[in-house]
Order: sequence, then C-alpha cells, then structure tokens
Amino acid sequence: MRVLSAQGLRKSYGGTPVVSGVNLEIEAGECFGLLGPNGAGKTTTLRCLLGLTEPDGGEVSILGFPIPGSARRARARIGVVPQMDNLDPDFTVRENLVVYARYFGLDQGAVDARLPGLLEFAGLAHRADAKIQTLSGGMKRRLTLARALVNDPDLLFLDEPTTGLDPQARHVMWEGLRRLLNQGKTIFLTTHFMDEAERLCDRLSILDQGRIIAAGTPAALIERHIEPLVVEIYGEQARTWGEANGHLCERMETAGETVFCYTHGDEAVLERLRGAQGMRYLNRPANLEDVFLRLTGRELRD
Amino acid sequence: MRRGHFRLPLVTLRFLPVWRRNFLVWKKLAIPSVLGNLADPMLYLFGLGYGLGSLLHKVGGGSYIVFLAGGMICYSTLNSATFETLYSGFSRMHVQRTWDAILNAPMALDDIVLGELVWSAAKSLLSGFAILLVIWVFHLDRSWPMSVLVIPAVMLIGLCFSAMGLVVTALSPSYDFFMYYFTLAVTPMVLLSGVFYPVAQLPPLFQHLAALLPLTHAVFLVRPLLMGQWPAQAVLHAGVLASYAVVSYYVAVVLFRRRLLQ
Repeated sequence: MRVLSAQGLRKSYGGTPVVSGVNLEIEAGECFGLLGPNGAGKTTTLRCLLGLTEPDGGEVSILGFPIPGSARRARARIGVVPQMDNLDPDFTVRENLVVYARYFGLDQGAVDARLPGLLEFAGLAHRADAKIQTLSGGMKRRLTLARALVNDPDLLFLDEPTTGLDPQARHVMWEGLRRLLNQGKTIFLTTHFMDEAERLCDRLSILDQGRIIAAGTPAALIERHIEPLVVEIYGEQARTWGEANGHLCERMETAGETVFCYTHGDEAVLERLRGAQGMRYLNRPANLEDVFLRLTGRELRD
Repeated sequence: MRRGHFRLPLVTLRFLPVWRRNFLVWKKLAIPSVLGNLADPMLYLFGLGYGLGSLLHKVGGGSYIVFLAGGMICYSTLNSATFETLYSGFSRMHVQRTWDAILNAPMALDDIVLGELVWSAAKSLLSGFAILLVIWVFHLDRSWPMSVLVIPAVMLIGLCFSAMGLVVTALSPSYDFFMYYFTLAVTPMVLLSGVFYPVAQLPPLFQHLAALLPLTHAVFLVRPLLMGQWPAQAVLHAGVLASYAVVSYYVAVVLFRRRLLQ
C-alpha cells in the first residue's frame, strides 16, 4: 500500500528554486530516508509534505489524503519529530504528552490509556513528573519521539532525529525506531548521518539542489555509484604517494591530507603501501558516505 | 504574500486546546501572576488617587480617585492584554517554538491565533476584574448593579488590545521591537485617552486625535458605568472597540500566515 506519493513537487522562494521537481514514493511499513547536504531542500520538502507550505507545483498525497487540501486530516494520522526540540519547557514530561494529545482531539480517557506505554517507550516512566530542563539531550529526543506517537500514527516523519546525541543515545534512539518499524509503522527520515541511513533505511533518495539525484536501497546505491573497496591514506606524504601511485586506483580523490583510493581490487595498492615507509592507511568496503560525497561533492554547503 | 493568506480566519472550537495549554501554564504561577495584575494598577490608583486627588477639587463630578478608578480598569486591561500577546505570545511562537509543535498536529495556524486571542482576552479580563473587585471593596463605585456591566465591557476591551498586540507580535523580529509599540503607541495612547484626566482638558487637536484611539472609547464606556450612569453613545464606543478588535485580528492572522506558512 502506498503511504506517501509526491510527484513533481516544486517550491521557490523569491525566484530562487529550492525544490525543483521532487518525486517520492513510500510504501507501508518501510523506512525511507531523504539524504542531502545542508540547503538541499530537505526541510522545505518536508514542510510541503506536511501541508505547512503550499508548493508552487506538484501533487502530494499522504495516506490517501490530498495535500495541502486535506493536510489536517492527514496530520491526524502522522507523527512528527522536528529537527529542533520544541518540547514545552513549562511542563513536566507527563504534561507534555497530555497537552500534545489534546491537539489531536484525544479525550482524557484515551490519553490516560496511552500514557504508560508512551512513557515506557521513551524510557521515562521513572521521570514522568520531571521538568523538561532536567532531562538530558537523549531523554528530550526520546520524549519528542513519544510525543509524536500520542495519536498512534501510521506514518512518522523524523527530521534529523539523532543530531547532537552521544553514541549511546543514538543507539537507543535507533532501537526505538526499529521497534516502531517492527510494529508496522512507516518512517520518513531525513538525516545527514550516512551510518544512520545505512542502518535504518530500506530505501533512500539523495536530494541535492532541490533535485533527487539518486534513489534506491543502500546496497544498490553503493553498487551503482561507487567502486566496492576504498583505501584511505593519511598524513603529509599521502598526496605525494597518491600522485606517484594513483594509477593503481580506479579513481582517486584527495581531501586535505587524505587520499581516497576507490577500486574493485585493493591488493596492489595495499602491497605498495606496505612497502612504503611510515604510511598510515585503512582499507574498508565502500559505504553510503562515499556515495554521498561522490554525488554531492566535497565542498562545504553552508 | 500569497492570495490564500488573505482568506478569512477560520473560527472553530479547535482553539480550545491552545487556550487550555496556556491556562495550564498560568495555573502553575497563578498567585504571583494575580498579584502582579493587581499591584501595578493599585499603586497608581491609590498613589495618584489619594496623593494627587487630595490636591484636586472635583474631577468629572466626583472625587479624583473615583474618576481614576474607571481609567485604571481600562489601563490594567490594556496592559495585561499587551504584555500577554507581545512577550508571552512571542516566546511561544518564536523562542520556544510551541506553535511549530502544535502545527505538526491536526491544527491550523488560525486555531492557534484564535486560541492566543481568547486566552489573552481572558487573562486581561481577570486583570480588569481584579481592579473592579478592589473598587467594590473600597466603595469607589457609585452604583453596584450598574458597575457589574463593566465586566462585559472589559471583555471587549481585552479582545481589542489582545488583537492589536497580536499584530505587533506577528511583525516582530525580536523582543526589542516591542519597545517601539510601547513608546510610539501604548504610552501616548494612555496619556491621550482620559485615563488620568478628562479628555476635555486636552487642546482641541489632541481631543480629535483621542477620539480615534480605542482606549478613549474604553474609558468612555467604563467610567460612567462605575458612576452609575449609562454611557452616552455606548453603541458607538463598543462599536469602535469591536472594529479595532475585528480588523486587528484579521490583520494579525494574515501576517502570521505570511510569517509562518511560507
């Protein structure tokens, strides 16, 4: 079943196109990732999908509701974890959930029934009456996720859900998202953590300058866009070494004092490196980050 | 600005959860909040009323403090509505991003703005009513049954100045911007609108100017009711306040849409 479909989505601000013909399709139960560098148009796309911004063109439908025409009805079945925490600082953990549930028209009985489960999911059952300011960053994120679940949504939008979290908190967050996927929820995720996307997402689209420049499963994207093996060579001598031995790589990229050597077979490169004096290097399989950098370039985007 | 931004505001009961959210926050700080509502206008009322009043003969046909009481109700309502929509409203919209969170639920921006308007009007009603209680306790009114009608008048005054405050909030880039509204609008209006002295004392030009200001009409409505008289041209005064309220509310909704739904 198709949960979300966007065709030819366009939006520009003051004559500058931000989203230029984006197509997206998400099936029920999958985790879909929208990746892109800063300023690629991820947030604008998300706002258009939620019906908070009227697009200049294109068709959007979510859970069978046309957007923005029936956006409110669609949002009744959607949960949103925004990029920036906007929990209510005047309230406790419990009050945040109760007050948010009212915006969905849930009555007190329904809220009371859901509250223990949500607190347990967020791992905050013992902190139900704590003030928001006393929570750690990870707790706040988990509470924001629990808040997005008050209406038992079919589709969840998560905008960079683990930005700013420590590794422990990120893993807990991923665990929570996996539990939701196991329950059959559909997840729409934006991130620029490639390991996160690779770990969680069934399918990805990479957005750059308002256009989808690649789409597919993480494995297919790696296979299609990049050589399977990478040797990274570090240090002052890396560049000179690369200039002399670049012919051993199928493709070579240099970033500062690091040389990236992409290849189908890394034996020759590794042998040469072992023979050289004091070279620091790492050989590894290619990953999504390599694809991302290959497709969107290494220049800063902010 | 899109054409859709100009459509009429949606008025539905969906504003209630927004109102209740603000009420729940207020409940936590109710006592200091009510004391704050009371302290400032009471200091003016008794300080000016007895201090300045002892130097004055009759003002408006009675003692100065009785004259001042009506002005203080309006001033207190204005103040409460303005502070709530400016500082608290801006915090919720811009600093805490509470509105963003609400917009991700099945709520429209119109619901939020209406919730803020009705909340601020309710809070300023409480401020005006608190002064009315003081007036009753100290017998500063001249007619008990008539002075009860001050309550609906204060409701209208609260709606009017809350809607005007929302327009300022919708335009404001930061808290500093509010200073312009206070210096250029609120303070001159308070001095021109007959809160502290009769408008008739002003030079004719300023009297004409005062007639355009909503606070003048608020005072013309409230003061006679405390004196036990039906206000002259009550419908006109109420109509001016209602017009300011409706037009400001519409302008505020359009400006908020432009600001938040781009």
